[in-house]
Amino acid sequence: MSDRVLRLGLPILVLTVGGFIWHLVVQIFTIPPFVLPGPGLVLATLFADSGLLWNSLLVTLLTTFQGFLLAAVGGIGLAILFNQSRFVEYSLYPYAVILQVTPIVAIAPLLLIYLPQPLAVLACAWIVAFFPVLANTTLGLNSVDHNLLALFELYKASRWQLLWNLKLPSALPQMLAGLRIAGGLSLIGAVVAEIAAGSAGAGSGLAYRIAESGYRLNIPRMFAALLLLSLAGVAIFFALSGVSYLMLRRWHESAIERER
Amino acid sequence: MRGVGKTFERGTVALDALDLELREGEFVSLLGPSGCGKSTALRIIAGLSTVSEGIIEWPNGAGQIGFVFQEPTLMPWANVAANVQLPLTLAGTDEMSSRATVTQSLQRVGLANFANAFPRELSGGMKMRASIARALVTGPQLLLMDEPFAALDEITRFKLNNDLLAVWRELRRTVIFVTHSVFESVYLSQRIVVMTPRPGRVFGEIAIDVPYPRDERFRTSAEYAGFCRQVAETLGKAMATAGAP
Repeated sequence: MSDRVLRLGLPILVLTVGGFIWHLVVQIFTIPPFVLPGPGLVLATLFADSGLLWNSLLVTLLTTFQGFLLAAVGGIGLAILFNQSRFVEYSLYPYAVILQVTPIVAIAPLLLIYLPQPLAVLACAWIVAFFPVLANTTLGLNSVDHNLLALFELYKASRWQLLWNLKLPSALPQMLAGLRIAGGLSLIGAVVAEIAAGSAGAGSGLAYRIAESGYRLNIPRMFAALLLLSLAGVAIFFALSGVSYLMLRRWHESAIERER
Repeated sequence: MRGVGKTFERGTVALDALDLELREGEFVSLLGPSGCGKSTALRIIAGLSTVSEGIIEWPNGAGQIGFVFQEPTLMPWANVAANVQLPLTLAGTDEMSSRATVTQSLQRVGLANFANAFPRELSGGMKMRASIARALVTGPQLLLMDEPFAALDEITRFKLNNDLLAVWRELRRTVIFVTHSVFESVYLSQRIVVMTPRPGRVFGEIAIDVPYPRDERFRTSAEYAGFCRQVAETLGKAMATAGAP
């Protein structure tokens, strides 16, 4: 119980103290808002511009969600395909790695040339997010207990039964870990692509708002948008952690509290 | 059932011209030190491993085989009932008709009250019981057990030994029990096949002519001790032929 209070209380205390110091610094040195707005002004802007920011948030979240979904389907699907056919794995895996190691900021402008803008943003979110799903799921599918494999062989399980009844459930923890990373990454992918697109003068996502407010020296709105983005990232992380916990709590060590 | 001359190779020779004959319904132990290819022989019989020389003959057809591994090898994400039901699920048996069989199999090993428990909630002995229930659920003609109780404490092992014998006496299936324990093999089996290490081959056979049911009185009898000495001596000679262990 006291651990729980500390876990929740300490970050809030740090936030309050940090905000207060920030506020004091701005007050004492009379820093103009276009250089550094105080926390009060940021919050005020968040509420004043809430309509605009909220719509932008929805746009970014929608892209993030779509990118995440595609990454999940693509990553898990590709991992299953790799697991079923060594031929496919050897042919495609190097390119999955190349796609992953090439910085997304460098790919985004190219995608924006060839694809309509919403699609390009979505593609960026997908590219960044799918690799952890692929890598983790592949690891999970390959780490099946050898005795269980022998058992399934003994009872003459079909390929499909082997996949559905053994490999997928036993890969679930790794798969969920991959998805948890992918959730945050698809937000990053969406934001990067929006920034890249924003300089081309189109878009209405939250990242575009940040870029636009920067050009207009509307620094309080930049901070407000940034705050929203962080909150969105935190919410995604907690949502996915929750899903992971719910799916693993009955059987996997990671979700079970240790008894002492 | 007759297993004849199997040589197995994986770079090293694990089994060399192993001759083994099994009669229906008997309880046979394969006894030998680790690395003598007992487990390999078991896997070959189960069809999990291929022979590189020799053949296995099944005069009455291979039939269903149940396998109990050294570890319980349960699926951690499924409860005990689902784990026991697995062989039926894989065979395409529908849920309704397999439920009764699963319940019966769980009762047989004394786990009827733990059908909904998850493997991690069970003790080592109970996990092994679940594993045995799973092996029995298809009504196999042949039950292969690969050092199933090696990791258990002695008290639990004795209890499981007794329960295993009770199940065997009820069902009268052929059991091949791999072990490195002289005492366990004498207590359980009608016949003990002693194997030499590297390469594995049959060194000798000892019949344990003691009627069942065997219980704790047998475990502490002079007769039991005598058999144990005889088996241990044979095992010692088997080890000596192979040089240093």
